[in-house]
Order: sequence, then C-alpha cells, then structure tokens
Amino acid sequence: MSDTTKREALFQAKVDSEQKIEPKDWMPEKYRKNLIRQISQHAHSEVVGMLPEGNWISRAPSLKRKAILLAKVQDEAGHGLYLYSAAETLGTSREQTIDDLLSGKAKYSSIFNYPTLTWADIGAVGWLVDGAAIMNQVMLCRTSYGPYARAMVRICKEESFHQRQGYEIMAVLAKGSPEQKEMAQDALNRWWWPSLMMFGPTDANSPHSAESMKWKIKRQSNDELRQTFIDRTVQQAEVIGLTIPDPDLKWNEATQHYDWGAIDWAEFNSVVAGNGPCNKERLAARNKAHNDGAWVREAAMAYAAKKAERKAA
Amino acid sequence: MSNEALFTYTLRLADDLLILSHRLGEWCGHGPVLEEDIALTNRALDHIGEARNLLTYAGEVEGKGRTEDDLAFLRNERQFLNTKLVEQPNGDYAHTIVRSFLFDAYHLPLAEALLKSSDAQLAAIAGKAVKEAQYHLRHSNDWLIRFGDGTEESHQRAQIALDNLWTFTGDLFTQDEVHQAMVKAGVAPDLTKIKATFDATVDKVLSEATLKRPVDGFMASGGRQGKHGEQLGFILAEMQYLQRAYPGATW
Ligand SMILES: [Fe+2]
Ligand SMILES: [Fe+2]
Ligand SMILES: [Fe+2]
Repeated sequence: MSDTTKREALFQAKVDSEQKIEPKDWMPEKYRKNLIRQISQHAHSEVVGMLPEGNWISRAPSLKRKAILLAKVQDEAGHGLYLYSAAETLGTSREQTIDDLLSGKAKYSSIFNYPTLTWADIGAVGWLVDGAAIMNQVMLCRTSYGPYARAMVRICKEESFHQRQGYEIMAVLAKGSPEQKEMAQDALNRWWWPSLMMFGPTDANSPHSAESMKWKIKRQSNDELRQTFIDRTVQQAEVIGLTIPDPDLKWNEATQHYDWGAIDWAEFNSVVAGNGPCNKERLAARNKAHNDGAWVREAAMAYAAKKAERKAA
Repeated sequence: MSNEALFTYTLRLADDLLILSHRLGEWCGHGPVLEEDIALTNRALDHIGEARNLLTYAGEVEGKGRTEDDLAFLRNERQFLNTKLVEQPNGDYAHTIVRSFLFDAYHLPLAEALLKSSDAQLAAIAGKAVKEAQYHLRHSNDWLIRFGDGTEESHQRAQIALDNLWTFTGDLFTQDEVHQAMVKAGVAPDLTKIKATFDATVDKVLSEATLKRPVDGFMASGGRQGKHGEQLGFILAEMQYLQRAYPGATW
C-alpha cells in the first residue's frame, strides 16, 4: 500500500467508527474540498437569508412580532459567523469565502432567491424554510467533521425556535379574518414547492451524494429527508386548516408515508442558474453592503494598527 | 401632577426608543461587517424592549385601555413625541454611529437619573435600561474613536456626520411646561444636569477621536411637541402599514 492509500484507509476507519475528524487530522483532499464547499454555501445561505426576512422588519405588524423577527434575523447572522469560522478551520479565509459569494462563484440556498411579498411569507419562511433546513441540520449535528458538527448543535436549537415562531405566525393568520387566511394560504402556495427543492436533486441526480454518505458528511439522502419533511409538514398544515398545494398528495398505507406530485426541476435548475425572481437583487444587496462597508473595515484596521504601534512604542 | 403630563412624558421616553429601534432595524442584513449586523440588531432589540415597557406603562397611565401596539401603530405624525435626532435617516455608517453616540450620551445619564424617579414604574424600567445603555455607549464611542482616529476618509465622514447631526441635540434638552411639571414631581431629572454629563462625555470622546465639537448654532426643537421633520411620516407609513390596512386584526 502507498502512503496515501494507507492514510485513506485509516481515515475511513476513523469515520466508520464514528470518531470525529478534527482540523489537524489528515484528510483526503476531496473531503476537505467537499466540506469547504458545503460549509461555505451553508454560511452564505444564512447571510443571504437575512435579506428576504429583514425585508419585513420595518413593517412587522406588532411590536412583539417585530422584536421576534429582529432576534431571528440576528440569529441567522450568528449562524453565518459560526459557519465562516468552521470553514476557516479547513484552511480558507473568511475574506476569500465572502469574495466567492460576491463574485457569484459560490452558491447559496436557492430558496432565498424568492421574494417575501406579504407578512404571511415571514410565517411561511419560518415554518417551511427553517423547517426544511432543520431536517438537514439535525443530520449534520452528527456529521464526521468535528467543527461543523459542533456549529450545527448550536444552530439547531435556534432553528427549531424559528420554525415554531413561523408556524405560529401562520396559525394566527389562518384563524384570523378571511383576508388573513387567504394571505396565509397564498404564502403556503408559493413557498411549498421551493421548500421541497431545498433538499436538492433526487438521489439519482445528486452529484456529491455518494461520496458525502461514505464520508458521513451526510447520513441521510436528499429523498429521505424530503420525505420526512413532507410527512411532518402535511400534518401541521392540517392542524391549522391550510391546504398543501399538491393535488397528488395522498397518504400511502403500504409505505406509511405521503406520496406527492412531481417537482418542477426545470424551475429549480433555472433558479440555481441565476434566473430566480431575486437572484440579482440578493447579490447586489450583498455587494452593496460589502462595498459601502469597505471604509468602515479599513478604519477599524487602521485604528487597531495605530493602537498596537502606540503600545509597542 | 396630572396623569396627562405623566402620559406625555412617558410617551416622549418611549418614542425615542421606538423610532431609533426602527431606524437601526433598517440596517439588518446590510451592515458593513457581520459582527455589526449583530451589534446593531442587539441595540434595536434593547431599544424596542424598553420602548414596549414604556408604551405599556403609558397606556396604563392614560387609563383608556390602549395597548403598546395601539400606541405604536395607531398614533399619527403629530402625536409622536420623539426627538428629531432619532428619526434622522441612517445615512452612511458614520451618521448611524454618530446618531447613536449622541443619543447614548444622553440616554445613559437619563436612565441613571430615572433610577431615582418618584415614579416607581419608570424607575423600574430604567433599572433594566442602565446596563444596556452602558453597553450602547461603549459600542458607539468605540466606533467613533476608530473613525476619528482611523483613516483620513473615516475621520472626514465622522466629522461630517457630527456637523450634520449636532443641531438635533438641541431637541434632546428642551424643557417645556410638561417637563418642568415632571421635574417638580420628582418624576424626571432636570435636563441641565443631564446636559452637563452629556457635554463631558462628548468632549472626552471627541478629543480621543481627534474630532472637533461643532459650535452650537441653530439648534433644532419641536420633536417633543410632535413637530417633526418630513422623514417621520415615511417611518410611520411603513411601520404602521399592516395595522392601518387591516383595522382590528390580530397578528
Ligand atoms: Fe436558516
Ligand atoms: Fe440559520
Ligand atoms: Fe433560522
């Protein structure tokens, strides 16, 4: 056996026996690259996700809702920070990672390229988008890379709170006036299918899946997670009297799961390719914040340097 | 002391925090660095928390059954009693930081003085606010020093923001009959005392920041009487939209 083969075998044995891989451990280059891609995409999603939700902070309908929404969007900024730090343990810099987002090279979750048009969308995003994210993130709490797993444990606690808050917004709207109920149903109609797409392509068409499973970066397939999400969410919709916008949805006694209709993968691919309703706005907003903030970051660095110099003198 | 004066005074305290919180919330997702998104949101949350306590109390003082939301979402432009300082647009980050710094330099000694208010409820609310206000002032004064003593550009931007916003500090310290009645009743502090602490803080921080204290020229007033700038109407139009569009709905 060559050295690399030996190391790879050792690495795989470690993964198979459920030991965490830590930053200083040897790891296959492809494992490192795969993780950098996944963690930075995840970080970018948290940060870009602040935009559609932040969009309603100034218009939240009560002071309580406004405070909850502020706190939620603040949590997402914190998630972005933990994840950028986790990515840095793999030898990338935060600057480089962010530059890749700003140039359009790096991806983020496509769901955030949809607009939040009404207040009910804030409910739908919490309920469905955070709800779908949790499925993935609960699994990632046991991912093989230590820093990523630990970041996820902290994040998951907050995400489930977000999901509950979103669901509660929807529940209140659904039992409100006819106009409010319509607002809630409309939001569900628009967010349902994009939420299902969040789990990624079907297993047969998922390019990184097999390797990710072998390395225990992932532990459940896209389709398994999607099924769990659907089973759970259909019941939650029933409780508050909203209708899932899928005529093919029905309970399957044999599988003990819901069967559902076909996802429009052409739409998914088109949004991923940059043609969603808000792709340009999201990237423009991030670039504007970054560019407008350049002098602020420079001032902070210049001042820190002066201070260090004075201390040394 | 009339309930009406106490109601008005409590609204003045509340509206500063409500409107400033609204402005800071506009930054969420657009900050110069992720850590500042978090810091500004923290401040927005502290301010809205204090505003909610004060609005709830104002509703109780008034005694007509109005809730915090009634007072926040169903009053009009002329009924808002915040200082003009806090309604000023965010501008660049220097304007945002200077606006908060000037407010914090006033808010901290005010909250400390209110600890000794003869009104138990205002004193209790101030009790929670003091710690937060200390943190706020540290945050804004740290940034102002970084800007003043950072780069040429940041220095210039900070000085411009200071020159632009200085006039609005006048509004912070005007004492009309309502205020005087509150002072007499031991509810509110004499603002000349708050102003002395404010002046000392400003002088100390500006000197460390190598920034020039603007000369008192024309000083703005009127906010406490509900005479605002044109910006406030737009803040309310946005903030109150859902409550106005769907009267009586629960959210
Ligand atoms: Fe999220
Ligand atoms: Fe998150
Ligand atoms: Fe979340």
